[in-house]
Amino acid sequence: MTDTAAGRAPAPPRRSFIQSLEVDLRLVGMIGAFIVLCVMFDVVTEGRFLTPRNLFNLTIQTVSVAIMATGMVFVIVTRHIDLSVGSLLATCSAVMAMTQTWFLPQVIGLDYGNPLIWIVTIFVGLFVGTAIGAFQGWLIGYLTIPAFIVTLGGLLVWRNVAWYLTDGQTIGPLDDTFRMFGGITGTIGVDASWIVAGLCSAAAVVLMAMSRRTKARHGVPLKPVWAEGVMMLIVVGAIFGFAAVLNAYEIPSGAVRRMFRERGEAVPDGFVAAYGLPISVLLLVAIAVAMTVIARRTRLGRYIFATGGNPDAAELSGINTRLLTVKVFAIMGALCAISAVVASARLSFHSNDIGTLDELRVIAAAVIGGTALSGGVGTIYGAILGALIMQSLQSGMAMVGVDAPFQNIVVGTVLVLAVLIDIIYRRRLGVK
Amino acid sequence: MADRTTTPLVEMEDISIAFGGVHAVDHVSLSLWPGEVLGLLGHNGAGKSTLIKILSGAYRADTGTIRIDGTPVKIESPRDARRYNIETIYQTLALADNLDATANLFLGREIVTPLGFMDDAAMEAETRRIMARLNPNFKRLSEPVAALSGGQRQSVAIARAVYFNAKILIMDEPTAALGVHETQMVAELIEELKRQGLGIILISHDTREMMSLCDRLTVMKNGKVVGTEATADVTEDDILSMIIMGTNPRDKAAA
Ligand SMILES: Nc1ncnc2c1ncn2[C@@H]1O[C@H](COP(=O)(O)OP(=O)(O)OP(=O)(O)O)[C@@H](O)[C@H]1O
Ligand SMILES: [Mg+2]
Repeated sequence: MTDTAAGRAPAPPRRSFIQSLEVDLRLVGMIGAFIVLCVMFDVVTEGRFLTPRNLFNLTIQTVSVAIMATGMVFVIVTRHIDLSVGSLLATCSAVMAMTQTWFLPQVIGLDYGNPLIWIVTIFVGLFVGTAIGAFQGWLIGYLTIPAFIVTLGGLLVWRNVAWYLTDGQTIGPLDDTFRMFGGITGTIGVDASWIVAGLCSAAAVVLMAMSRRTKARHGVPLKPVWAEGVMMLIVVGAIFGFAAVLNAYEIPSGAVRRMFRERGEAVPDGFVAAYGLPISVLLLVAIAVAMTVIARRTRLGRYIFATGGNPDAAELSGINTRLLTVKVFAIMGALCAISAVVASARLSFHSNDIGTLDELRVIAAAVIGGTALSGGVGTIYGAILGALIMQSLQSGMAMVGVDAPFQNIVVGTVLVLAVLIDIIYRRRLGVK
Repeated sequence: MADRTTTPLVEMEDISIAFGGVHAVDHVSLSLWPGEVLGLLGHNGAGKSTLIKILSGAYRADTGTIRIDGTPVKIESPRDARRYNIETIYQTLALADNLDATANLFLGREIVTPLGFMDDAAMEAETRRIMARLNPNFKRLSEPVAALSGGQRQSVAIARAVYFNAKILIMDEPTAALGVHETQMVAELIEELKRQGLGIILISHDTREMMSLCDRLTVMKNGKVVGTEATADVTEDDILSMIIMGTNPRDKAAA
């Protein structure tokens, strides 16, 4: 809603192909950077990077950071910062691990595999995350302690609350159903993936058509019909392309044999199965849609951006900016809890160092994705793409065999460069 | 001309506020009746903006009472002021630069659909309608207001204050950045709102404009009121000397 100013810069009389499409140039740039990165790694690794298997892993590794990055957009847009997300994730993970392995089965006496276990566990996690987030937001909004300080304290406090709760021990194995949120342990299979891709494509096309109708009704200038068609094709192509890649990752024959043996059957001749879309990715998509709707279509989102643009003006317009701060940090806390579900389910246990340094990855993802630290500007999809770029950089370098210190040197440098490019880009467009 | 025998719309009595050692507003009282324009004049730093910010809920007074329609009220936040139908055009405009004109106009009072989502189309249509009356050349509804000219930004701030059925309208230098034509349109708007029975507090440094628009004039100096006079009873020179000397010539004449 804010940095789309780019798309509406004074239009020259003759419009280029890209201009006719009216796409966000920053988005194009980021996708371009991502593709260049992937191709580069693929060439260096002699084709091992762009395989269904690696892309699948890349996707599920990104989910946890990407979920938190969507919340960090709101935090940074309101001119705050949250350094405690990695530690908060650890506390949520610890509480949920204890709830499902000790409290519910041993204290309450639920049977192993009872569906209530994973449901109650996730509710407890969400409650803890939201409450801690809201508490930090209250310290920031009502007691006016700077967010940097509150969450720097939180970074230490919640990491060690998690440690204290678990005596620093690894807790597992986690509930079977709970572990379905982890990625490879919970995928929906090929057919369902095609169906989901079809539904998402239909939804996207309908939304684009509806937005065009609304614009037409209010006399807003429209882009040419062919441009609209091209956009729809690109979106649908991207959705199906993504599904196709994940559907192409076949379950190794050993795992297939084990599956059939558990059911007491023999593997049919020539049988192949593929993973398809992971549940964690569907969760991320749902969160991305929900957060985008909040950002663009609700008062809460409008107030978040207004407060980031001019806190005094927001206050004078009757917005309760203190309560808004509490809400923003509560959302951040809830997202940390969801990320904790995904991260611990992926490991299949809670470990003491879960989420370590995630705060830096999350902030970097949001910033690479175009969220301005000066406030008021940022997009949800940008943050998710930022997380994906960071993760592909990291795992690409690991695959190439770059030494660990160099990996971090490169990631740090890329972060600074990305912000520099962003500043130059904004200056060119004449926005601040 | 307003009937000043009835209960005033607003009474501010013995209002003071200090920032550190600075007595920005020092035991000031004023009244505003429905259908009248009260002008506030004074040198830079006289305390005009601070005084009206107390009425609009941006600041809380250290002492004093405010009455609306004769009833004592507590205005502790801009939300309270909006509840009493007090609308303010701030000297700083108070716009969120990253949002467009429509978003700024409806900030804090968005039109929502039955499902609770913002009805952008309806808000944009309303903005188009009201801006056409204030500033017909204004077409850039969906650009961030940071990209607008000073006068265009001021038009947005004015539109926001007059759209929501104000009973009490505070205008802090509303025409400082406006062109001749736009200033004229604001003057006409003030006349019309006055006829509708609003009480308006107008702040401006343009004494000639103030002489023609205001029914009464209050001059402030160093946080105190120098005097309040009906415009019909004074000349522009009287007002100028009140602003500069900080004394009321009519007091001397009476003495
Ligand atoms: N928030 C604040 N903190 C400290 N001092 C302030 C604050 N706001 C105003 N003041 C002081 O109060 C005094 C009155 O300021 P105010 O803005 O009310 O003047 P004004 O009459 O509106 O002037 P102008 O014509 O320049 O707009 C000034 O001396 C100013 O420095
Ligand atoms: Mg002032």
